[in-house]
Amino acid sequence: MRHLLSTRDLERASAIRLLDVAEDMAQTADRAVRTLPALRDKTVVNLFFEDSTRTRLSFEAAAKRLSANVITFSAKGSSVSKGESLKDTAQTLLAMGADAIVVRHHDSGAAHRLANAGWIDAAIINAGDGTHEHPTQALLDAFTIRQRRFGADARGRGLDGVRVAIVGDILHSRVARSNVWLLHALGADVHLVAPRTLLPHGIDTWPVAVHEHLDEALALAPDAVMMLRIQSERMRDAFFPSAREYGREWGLTAERFAALGPDTMVMHPGPMNRGLEISSVAADSSGSTVLAQVTNGVFIRMAVLYLLVAGSGSDADPIGGQG
Amino acid sequence: MTALLIRGAALLGGAPADLRVRQGVIVDRGSLSAEAGERVIDAEGLVALPGLVDLHTHLREPGGEASETVLTGTRAAAAGGFTVVHAMANTTPVADTAGVVEQVHRLGQRAGYADVRPVGAVTVGLAGEQLAEIGAMARSAARVRVFSDDGHCVHDPLLMRRALEYVATFDGVVAQHAQEPRLTVGAQMNEGALSSELGLAGWPAVAEEAIIARDVLLAEHVGARLHICHLSTAGSVDIVRWAKARGIAVTAEVTPHHLLLTEELARSYDARFKVNPPLRRDEDVHALRAALADGTIDIVATDHAPHPVEAKECTWAEAAFGMVGLESALSVVQQAVVETGLLDWAAVARAMSTAPAAIGRVEGYDEPLAEGSPANLTLVDPAHRRSWAVSDLRGRSTNTPYTARELPGRIVTTVHRGVLTVDGGELLGPEAVIAAHQEVDHG
Amino acid sequence: MAARTVLHDADIARALRRIAHEILESRRGDGRLVLLGIPTRGVALAERIQSVIDEIEPGVSEAGALDITLYRDDLARTPTRAPAPTRIPAGGIDDAVVVLVADVLYSGRTIRAALDAIVDHGRPRAVRLAVLVDRGHRELPIRADFVGKNLPSATSERVSVRLTEVDGVEEVTIEP
Repeated sequence: MRHLLSTRDLERASAIRLLDVAEDMAQTADRAVRTLPALRDKTVVNLFFEDSTRTRLSFEAAAKRLSANVITFSAKGSSVSKGESLKDTAQTLLAMGADAIVVRHHDSGAAHRLANAGWIDAAIINAGDGTHEHPTQALLDAFTIRQRRFGADARGRGLDGVRVAIVGDILHSRVARSNVWLLHALGADVHLVAPRTLLPHGIDTWPVAVHEHLDEALALAPDAVMMLRIQSERMRDAFFPSAREYGREWGLTAERFAALGPDTMVMHPGPMNRGLEISSVAADSSGSTVLAQVTNGVFIRMAVLYLLVAGSGSDADPIGGQG
Repeated sequence: MTALLIRGAALLGGAPADLRVRQGVIVDRGSLSAEAGERVIDAEGLVALPGLVDLHTHLREPGGEASETVLTGTRAAAAGGFTVVHAMANTTPVADTAGVVEQVHRLGQRAGYADVRPVGAVTVGLAGEQLAEIGAMARSAARVRVFSDDGHCVHDPLLMRRALEYVATFDGVVAQHAQEPRLTVGAQMNEGALSSELGLAGWPAVAEEAIIARDVLLAEHVGARLHICHLSTAGSVDIVRWAKARGIAVTAEVTPHHLLLTEELARSYDARFKVNPPLRRDEDVHALRAALADGTIDIVATDHAPHPVEAKECTWAEAAFGMVGLESALSVVQQAVVETGLLDWAAVARAMSTAPAAIGRVEGYDEPLAEGSPANLTLVDPAHRRSWAVSDLRGRSTNTPYTARELPGRIVTTVHRGVLTVDGGELLGPEAVIAAHQEVDHG
Repeated sequence: MAARTVLHDADIARALRRIAHEILESRRGDGRLVLLGIPTRGVALAERIQSVIDEIEPGVSEAGALDITLYRDDLARTPTRAPAPTRIPAGGIDDAVVVLVADVLYSGRTIRAALDAIVDHGRPRAVRLAVLVDRGHRELPIRADFVGKNLPSATSERVSVRLTEVDGVEEVTIEP
């Protein structure tokens, strides 16, 4: 059984295949009946040790659109919040006959542990682990960029030459990590922008260009600008002095937005801090992909669930190219 | 069986010779013929080393008996060729009074597998605020000479200065766990490109190096001895080398795992590889090996840290720091520095027995395998190779990082105060060991 | 034993032309005709038949593709395969006469899946089935309305349709 744990080891061909299947899933959106029978009698468990209504709903919608049975365990009000270990939870789910587990956890590597510790043999899908990765978010971001850029001609394509600037708290961002590896694999030109306090140690080994000032990156006319959510508690830990200074230096202000090219995509994984990392003018503009990202999230997650769960055969490598 | 004749062992890896043991003492050495009533041990092809001395062991008793006890921990020690272990102070209650250190010491004597030298806490409750009763522990029956808050750094510079001065008054040494706490809040693994990729909070080398730099200067200023626990970075090696060149009375230890394993193992998120200080880069491993070879690092100490299964079968961040290491220590040292040509067996004897005994003021280890010395020794088969398994462990916990890794060497025999604790590769039972000690003492 | 060619390019062209005529003859009323090919080779066949129909009666027919991967009854028993695109003509299939086009009719399971898929796209007036080759051995109560060639075969034999658009050659072969 194969899993989706990270984008780090997703090869270009596999990533494109996944995006193409998501195109097939997107096609079903305007049919008379949108539900597909592909995962009938399969059980998909959403195991959320960390609250995230958006991601949970997106996975639930995806699984239901594929006719799977969906069971959701959320941190609040269940034993997962009462110190039950990952292992015990996994074994409970095994007993319930889970075919796939969508796991979100506050600790980096939780999905890896579930996949590799031998506690359960279901397909594991990482829905965000600590500050490590959030692969389906990166896939939906790449899908959104590809669709905006190539429209009906998107199938089979990578993102060669597409310039993407990712701005904000790179240090703590699993979205940024997953995007760096995936966008790079797809051939995009990736730029990271943050004050030095919010850049990870050793970033010089990543396949990206790094900028400490946003204006410097925007001067390169990126095709997409992805603003990351900034947690205000980072101020207390001396990563930056104040929200006002952060917004002034690294926020997509109305002035910075006005200076962007007309076709520049403005992306945000949500939820947004309007007025902090992104101005309302930018967030609500025609270049904003924020709502498209939400819609596309369901198609990407349908594609992932379909490829990992529908088939059988332990020697199968549904996504292909992993490890 | 208290009369032993060990035949044909390569003494400290040198020329083969025979050793005669009577009433707990090595009485003769050379080419010897068997005498009546003597147990003859054929040691051809084996290397004879002095009993190994571990300056850094977590025996967990009192308070952590689910992970280890003095009995199970010293059984693991004997299986690894050790005859002395220094039991770290982070028990519950903390070993910060004469009462606790005497209790631990007595438990060791009762078990009989190895001498247990308790390490006293530097500060009350390891809290880093107030000096523990160092004098009382030094003068107790346990005769404590090593003091450490291991697990915690004595980070307050003024308190560290006082500790160095006060411990020196009792001929003791402060063994510092060098970890700047503010630079390592929530730290999970070595800080670098890999920790950034894995999303695990970094434990930067500078957090260790900054404390070592400060403490060697403090030791110089007050003229006291200082010991650095589990040194783990190339930068730390440079600082200790500089301090020694300057004549500062500093000694340093490295663990077997830091001589062999690197941070790459964290990629698996398998918490068996989570340890403090963390596994470092390949460059660090090579610097540590070279430093052990040139004497900058004085000793190898295990930092044997047993944990129950559930403390490792969880996410990396939830897991406890630490690995067991007594049983595997000599094998790992053989692989890392003997087979790479950096140390010969005489140097291993120095780093794992003579030197740690000197730092801990343990008597009877200054002349390894010499006539008239107490009979503490171990026989190693360096040609043996095995795929390491949990079944190779003799303590209560199984958190070894070496499972399924091929390691060389095997402890065939261990003699503690003239008593066989390991015979033919098998650990002897508790009753047999106690009975043999009584025979030696009263025989 | 080597493969035996049972239809050459001219035979295939003739068969498709005949099918196109039969489809037109069977058409009742003035409803739209939508030919949906089942990937991979059914799509090319649907387009060819539609272009013949268009020559005879321009404007009454459209061609598209209907992927059935997600409706297969053996989905859970085989390694996952990526779906192929579905193309439904802009007018949809509601109230149209849909002709499913496949290369080979065998067990009938593919057609069963296609019928399920069609229902999810709309409500056609009628659904018909056109196949280039019917090799028998049905496992479901399904039969074709338009058949290019009936080809009795043993289950151990392998029937292969190759088309220029997909394979670069044009032939139907049978091999043991």
